[in-house]
Amino acid sequence: MNIMNKVMSNKWIIFLYTLPAILLIAVLILIPLFLSGYFGLMKWDGIGAMEFIGLDNYIVALQDAKFWQSAKHSFLLAIFSGLSLIGYLAVALILASKLKGTNLLRKIYLIPMLLSSVAIAQLWIKVYNPSNGMLNSILMSLGVDNPPAWLADNDLVLFAIFVPIIWQYAGFYILIYYAALKNIPESLIEAAKIDGASPLQIAMKIKIPLVMNVFKVTIVLSFVGSLKYFDLIYVMTGGGPNGASEVMASYMYKLAFSSYDFGYGSAIGFLLLIITLIVTIVVRRATANNEEIQY
Amino acid sequence: MNFKRAFTFPAMLLVLALFLAACSGDDGGEAEATSSSDAKTVKFMHLWPEGSSAQHHRVVNEIIADFEAEHEDIKIELEVLSNEQYKDKITVLSTSDELPDVGMTWAAGYMEPFVNGNKFAALDDVVEGELADDFVAGTLEAFTINDSVHGLPLELNISTIFYNKQIFDEYGLEEPETLDELNEIVATLNENGVNPIALGNRDAWTGSMWYMYLADRIAGDKDALTQAINREISFEDPALVKAAEEIQNLVDADSFISGFNGLADEEAKSMFMSEQAAMYLIATWDLPNFTTNEDVPQEFRDSVGYFKFPTVDGSGTTDSYVGGPGVGLFVAENSDVKEEAKTFASYFVQQWGEKAVTDVGVIPATKVDTDALDLPQMYVDVLDDLNAATNITLYADVQMSASAAQVHLDMIQALFGGEVTPEDFAKTHEETLSQE
Repeated sequence: MNIMNKVMSNKWIIFLYTLPAILLIAVLILIPLFLSGYFGLMKWDGIGAMEFIGLDNYIVALQDAKFWQSAKHSFLLAIFSGLSLIGYLAVALILASKLKGTNLLRKIYLIPMLLSSVAIAQLWIKVYNPSNGMLNSILMSLGVDNPPAWLADNDLVLFAIFVPIIWQYAGFYILIYYAALKNIPESLIEAAKIDGASPLQIAMKIKIPLVMNVFKVTIVLSFVGSLKYFDLIYVMTGGGPNGASEVMASYMYKLAFSSYDFGYGSAIGFLLLIITLIVTIVVRRATANNEEIQY
Repeated sequence: MNFKRAFTFPAMLLVLALFLAACSGDDGGEAEATSSSDAKTVKFMHLWPEGSSAQHHRVVNEIIADFEAEHEDIKIELEVLSNEQYKDKITVLSTSDELPDVGMTWAAGYMEPFVNGNKFAALDDVVEGELADDFVAGTLEAFTINDSVHGLPLELNISTIFYNKQIFDEYGLEEPETLDELNEIVATLNENGVNPIALGNRDAWTGSMWYMYLADRIAGDKDALTQAINREISFEDPALVKAAEEIQNLVDADSFISGFNGLADEEAKSMFMSEQAAMYLIATWDLPNFTTNEDVPQEFRDSVGYFKFPTVDGSGTTDSYVGGPGVGLFVAENSDVKEEAKTFASYFVQQWGEKAVTDVGVIPATKVDTDALDLPQMYVDVLDDLNAATNITLYADVQMSASAAQVHLDMIQALFGGEVTPEDFAKTHEETLSQE
């Protein structure tokens, strides 16, 4: 310990050890970030010469109904993923209890996490296929005459894609909660049992308060992840039909790579960053802990 | 203090090593390149992967092998991606000035930013030299921008409605010549629980072809759509609005498979090819699947026929087509091996012509004498139709600039989905096109 303290008290060494990570982040994230803000000031088709047009792109973006529609969809996704966390916590509570079979269930919940996004997308495209898909086959055998065409229906498509997105991350959050729950000292629960607490009381009054800090972190994670979400939307619908499932990231992509408007696309990308930053700050404020709960 | 030094030293070494590693990366690459400089490498990217375009893929490999055998000082380095991924990658590569020496491009509006951004080399010398008079009239023009050729066309396509003869026979149906007859066929098929038309409108260019054909037929002799795109007439022309109305009539009559707006073209095609839908409008690049492709069951290939897009209320002629040149070859302007790249591109085009006919079964953009060749009947028929064509309207999304094309494709999805009225559909197009 003594050596460690000596090393850690030397500012130069701290600087040296963190330097590689900072360099990587600067080159891979920070510099491109400012560059995209800078490109947002340009009229640029991504191929030819750039022309400086000031804040025009940003002003247009703020009045762009399609951008705000995609922002609304991103926020809807954030809210739904946030709500799904409660379900994951409930599942994790069950998995962390000493019931038979939880070991197997834990592994089953993890499987979606091991699949790549594209594989998941292809899987769910097949599930949602209007005439040959699993979902509509089941619905028809249950007597539904005209099951919806999930990915083609403007009112349904967004929610139809939310299902696999939320399903995809189930394992990740359950695993985090599971680890946090396993960290709770057994003695606390034993003591509560001796005092006559019911399993529900133990869960609500001991377990959940003790994993609250972890829960707050995951709220931020799921919000940020949802706002910048792209993968399944791109593969499953490309934001269509006519923007009904467009989110901010897919709109940015479409502008830059399909419409060859890199200047405007970059501006949207920069706005996406600002929106995500603001939301992160707000969510962290809202969930800030006034008191550390310890038993 | 000794302990401290023991930690500082390795830390500095580590940082130094990372720096060196980062800096030396480029040197390593150059060293490799120079060591093999006696044989020049031409990078070639194409969009016919083995899985989805087996015959194209094989023929390309044959041509490359022949070329390398004839030109021992040139090596071809190959990269293959499927259509959509190819488009994405080309954009990224051109932004970072790393285009392959030879690659594939689409004509007109698609290649305009590349030409204006000075990414594609002018190929006038190649076209005027050994390839003079090789191309079918009209194909080269689509690749000509600012009076100079920037792409060597490979394909020529027209679109027709392919249909399943077995299904038609079963219900006593005949090839329609008018839209009314087509509507009757759709009604009969729907009564019998057969999906009439396969359409994958998530790839909205497929829906766009339906719209373009209706516009062409309704407008009669004048090429209204092209004129509207060229700003000679307004997009709110009655013919273009009427065509949008007819699209919605088709949709309302359940002409297309359910959920078409959420299906990709590949999914729609597989429904037609697994006999789950009776008709499918696509361009002749899919001819091999209906004629020579051994991976498709013979029984299905035998049961496929085609008819020309019907006329609407006596207006229009069936000899007018939606189609045009497909992909062509470009040579990168900043290529280090530009001359070798041009040699390869020129060689490829010459070899492609006959092989495209005999081995792939698609129609090349170069003239080929087909009399001496043994070809599938459907292929010969399509060639005859092409020769008798009075007009070929180039795909709308290729004619338009990239951003206008995106609006067009979104609007097509909205029109098919019943989200916009035909009037608003035309109005949005007019506003977008007039802004450019």
